[in-house]
Amino acid sequence: MAAETSLPAWIPCKRALLHAGEFSLFFFRFLRESVKLPFEGREFLFQCYKVGNKSLPLTAVTSFIMGLVLTLQTRPSLASFGAVSLLPGMVSVSVIKEIGPVITAVICAGKISSRMGAELGSMKVTEQIDAMEVSAINPFRYLVVTRVLATTCMLPLLVVFADCVALFSSFLAYNIHGDISLTRFFSLALSKLDWIDIFPSIIKSILFGMAIGIIGCYKGFRVEGGTASVGSAANSAVVTASLAIFFIDLITVQITDIL
Amino acid sequence: METTSPVVEIHALRKTFNEVEILKGIDLCIDKAENLVVLGKSGSGKSTLIKCMIGLSEPDEGSICIFGQNIAEVNYEELNQLRIKIGFLFQSGALYDSMTVYENLAFPLRHHKKHLGREKINQLIQEVLENVGLPDAGGKMPAELSGGMSKRIGLARTLMLKPSIMLYDEPTTGLDTMTAKEISQLILDMQRKYRISSLIITHDITCAKMTADRIVMLNEGTIVAEGTYNELAKSDDEWVRSFFN
Repeated sequence: MAAETSLPAWIPCKRALLHAGEFSLFFFRFLRESVKLPFEGREFLFQCYKVGNKSLPLTAVTSFIMGLVLTLQTRPSLASFGAVSLLPGMVSVSVIKEIGPVITAVICAGKISSRMGAELGSMKVTEQIDAMEVSAINPFRYLVVTRVLATTCMLPLLVVFADCVALFSSFLAYNIHGDISLTRFFSLALSKLDWIDIFPSIIKSILFGMAIGIIGCYKGFRVEGGTASVGSAANSAVVTASLAIFFIDLITVQITDIL
Repeated sequence: METTSPVVEIHALRKTFNEVEILKGIDLCIDKAENLVVLGKSGSGKSTLIKCMIGLSEPDEGSICIFGQNIAEVNYEELNQLRIKIGFLFQSGALYDSMTVYENLAFPLRHHKKHLGREKINQLIQEVLENVGLPDAGGKMPAELSGGMSKRIGLARTLMLKPSIMLYDEPTTGLDTMTAKEISQLILDMQRKYRISSLIITHDITCAKMTADRIVMLNEGTIVAEGTYNELAKSDDEWVRSFFN
């Protein structure tokens, strides 16, 4: 530890640059391999099932609570201005434009990115990836491409699902103090939205999905040593993916504003 | 043993890790249907040698020719074509732990023999499982297998593609004496049944005695002796002799 702190300042910078370089090469390899044949369709579908179907309960619970809390906390403020009728619109804009994609992505970063980091990391230390390589099966295409494409495809669907659940729970929360039909609630909620609001949200979800997949796989693939490094890889995958989600969010908001 | 041209020829192979020279100019060859044992202490460079041969590690200098093709000069696709002809048994077995034994065995076939139907795949898997003495293991998960069983299934998986060369990385390490003998006998049976050329990396002298047609002794990255088991056991070199006593 003492040796670590006494290192010259340029050494951590050099390490960070090396990591950035390694990650870029990994990402470009993913882009290159993802257009090559044969495509591992069976494994891709299995990963879609694991990423999508198995994340549904967690996504449903978090988005239900999110919609409920948002409605219950906002209602008194709006009521003091006599603007409770704006509540469905406000919730839908908040959920669909920002909270839905970000919260779903952060939940998935915790669940999916860590699983991928740990799974691939343990495959690496137990030589299963080498076994695939020596069997003349491209492990990058089989393990990485399928997983990253699965998260890229499934996250937007999970976000749409989370948005629907959050709006439904908002409807339930609205009806604790008021009385509104489901049709009327959704009509008010969606009237405040335009395609231009939904489109960036979908693009953002795709980028979040790609980041979650690629970071989880990258962390797992570069595990070296024993089982302790598998835990570190899983942990690092969650932290890095969560940070990446917020950076991507920041950048897409800026781009959307410019457009 | 036949007197044909060698299936594997290694010339002046050098490999360095972190400025430590692991392999210092290795020369060796393996003939058709020959069992060559590389014997040496831990850290003598045996595993590095076998990993260079399969393309998991890139040599710094020298050449490795397998069926006349230098693996340092082939591209990834050509290397994979060569790998289909080479079986590699890992020390741990390296079974895919998310798949059953059946799926582990079907995995290489589904990738390289896509024309085979489900019936044919089932038949091939059953045949190989019977050859390794585990006809009822198909439905088990790798976590349910003992060390010896994992090695047998690992061997079965490599045999699915009917390789011409087998590379064994410490096949008997971590096994009890009886199971180690069974695995050594299995290696011998596979050589006789499929006429496979094998390179067996080990420090287990019993395994070497049972399986070797010829033994190469490696010490600190250099070949120090070569011959049959009996020749080396009577060697003038004290270090070599001490290994056999």
